[in-house]
Amino acid sequence: MTDALATLAEGASVARSRAPAGGRISRSPQLQDLSPGEARSTRWRQASPWQRRATRLLVPVLILAAWQFVSEAGLVSTYVLPPPTAILAAFHELIVTGELQSAIVTSSARALSGLVIGGSLGLALGLFAGLWKLGDDVFDGPMQMLRMVPSIALIPLFIVWFGINETAKIALIITATAFPIYLNTYAGVRGIDNKLIEAGIIFGLDHKKLARRIILPTALPSILVGLRYSAGSSLLALVAAEQINARSGIGYILTIANQNQRVDIIIAGIIVYALLGLALAAFMTFVERLFLPWRTDIVLG
Amino acid sequence: MSSASPALHPLDPQPAGAPTDMAVHLRDVRRVFSGREVLGGIDLSIPPGEFVALLGHSGTGKTTILRILSGLDRADAGTVQVPTARSVVFQEPRLVPAKRVWQNVVIGHDQNRPARETAIAALREVGLGQHVDAWPKTLSGGEAQRVALARALAVEPDLLLLDEPFASLDALTRMRMHDLVAQLWERHHPAVVLVTHDVDEAIVLADRIIVLNAGRITLDVRVNLSKPRLRTDARFGTLRQRLLDELGVISQPARHD
Ligand SMILES: Nc1ncnc2c1ncn2[C@@H]1O[C@H](COP(=O)(O)OP(=O)(O)O)[C@@H](O)[C@H]1O
Ligand SMILES: [Mg+2]
Repeated sequence: MTDALATLAEGASVARSRAPAGGRISRSPQLQDLSPGEARSTRWRQASPWQRRATRLLVPVLILAAWQFVSEAGLVSTYVLPPPTAILAAFHELIVTGELQSAIVTSSARALSGLVIGGSLGLALGLFAGLWKLGDDVFDGPMQMLRMVPSIALIPLFIVWFGINETAKIALIITATAFPIYLNTYAGVRGIDNKLIEAGIIFGLDHKKLARRIILPTALPSILVGLRYSAGSSLLALVAAEQINARSGIGYILTIANQNQRVDIIIAGIIVYALLGLALAAFMTFVERLFLPWRTDIVLG
Repeated sequence: MSSASPALHPLDPQPAGAPTDMAVHLRDVRRVFSGREVLGGIDLSIPPGEFVALLGHSGTGKTTILRILSGLDRADAGTVQVPTARSVVFQEPRLVPAKRVWQNVVIGHDQNRPARETAIAALREVGLGQHVDAWPKTLSGGEAQRVALARALAVEPDLLLLDEPFASLDALTRMRMHDLVAQLWERHHPAVVLVTHDVDEAIVLADRIIVLNAGRITLDVRVNLSKPRLRTDARFGTLRQRLLDELGVISQPARHD
């Protein structure tokens, strides 16, 4: 046994030394160490959550520090780029006067009501066109054409139709949110494997039960991706809509700040829009976790 | 239960003078796909509780027959009579990923407590009692296929249709599935049509083997071997050779693909 091993080992070394001679001589392969705890790449994964959180904050904190430094050193005029501390002060001012709170409520209400109406419309049309041939024939063509129109291009038209009040703003958000969820609902329903439907038919499902037990649950991931896109669109449309003569909401704060040349408040307003977007995204992640427990890979729109 | 004459359910309006004591009655069944005759006059009667294996090369119309028997496809001509209570195990499990395992098993039932009990009983029978609340995605291929088997049994079929249900499983799992199917058949005794291109599988499981060639039945033999049937038995080998000859295969070993 030992002899045989020794011979083998010898053979191997002979083979290596003869490698350049060509033929079927195997070179000893280059080895990679994948044992746990050894490889250097895994060391960071073992870092404590606190270490990782602190690391994530590193870049933002550096940027803020640089920003503050640039302003204080007078490299850029504080009029053009107020320092972070000034932005904080602006937030403070807006909160003390209560403007910010009421603006957030107003703007969120606009975005949400538009999203609810537009989303429901898109979902209903998507299901109708996805499940019924008639709905497909009637709606899919027009929807596919209309979705090519950038919703922001509709602003002048909506101002003429609805005036410059709330209606025009909500209408804009509705048109912006209806399409993403329509497209994804339609695609989700249409994309279901016919083999699943056949199995459903074999086990006695009628059309209604096929829709409820097989089609809708299977299409739900796609529908929720649509909802995620629609939620994003609702914010874009909100920002655009609030440029139309807003007399309340975050857009109003921005307009006034613009007139008063208050760059600190403008930046604060932009940050609020961003925070609204983050809140919506977090909410969608929550919804997906809640409704798609069977999905190991949660799709992030 | 199912060995009594099942309720026959004509899939074809033609009222034929069919013997009502048969679970399956096919008479001169034809099916044409884009001008090409895929089934050229199939005659086949299967008594209740008989286990029939349908052998044939790929593309000879086995699946087409099964789809006609299941009601998913209609014949162009001929008589087709099958029991109302029938179910299918397809080559793939075809489980709804968004439904838990037990809900898949009773997908056609109202999904209440009694249905859950039914599902649990069926899952226990196929050895999956611990996976009642699992999601289909978390199952292995063999487990998913056993769920499909449980789903097919939960409706207590008079006719069980199996379309190459083991073809995508590894050899070990497949042998375990053979035992399982044999057991379940002993217990529930539905008429079975098992489509396969595995000659050994057909001999191990079936009472009767039918060979299909280019849309016609070219051989219909009874398997008169006592169970369990061992591949080492000389008569097993003889029958295998005869079937392979009929299929036009020269060499002896069973195909496992
Ligand atoms: N829906 C269909 N449309 C057209 N041709 C079909 C259809 N289904 C089956 N065929 C053809 O019929 C023949 C038999 O198919 P099938 O019954 O699936 O064979 P197999 O014996 O492999 O199960 C094949 O040539 C196939 O291409
Ligand atoms: Mg087939």
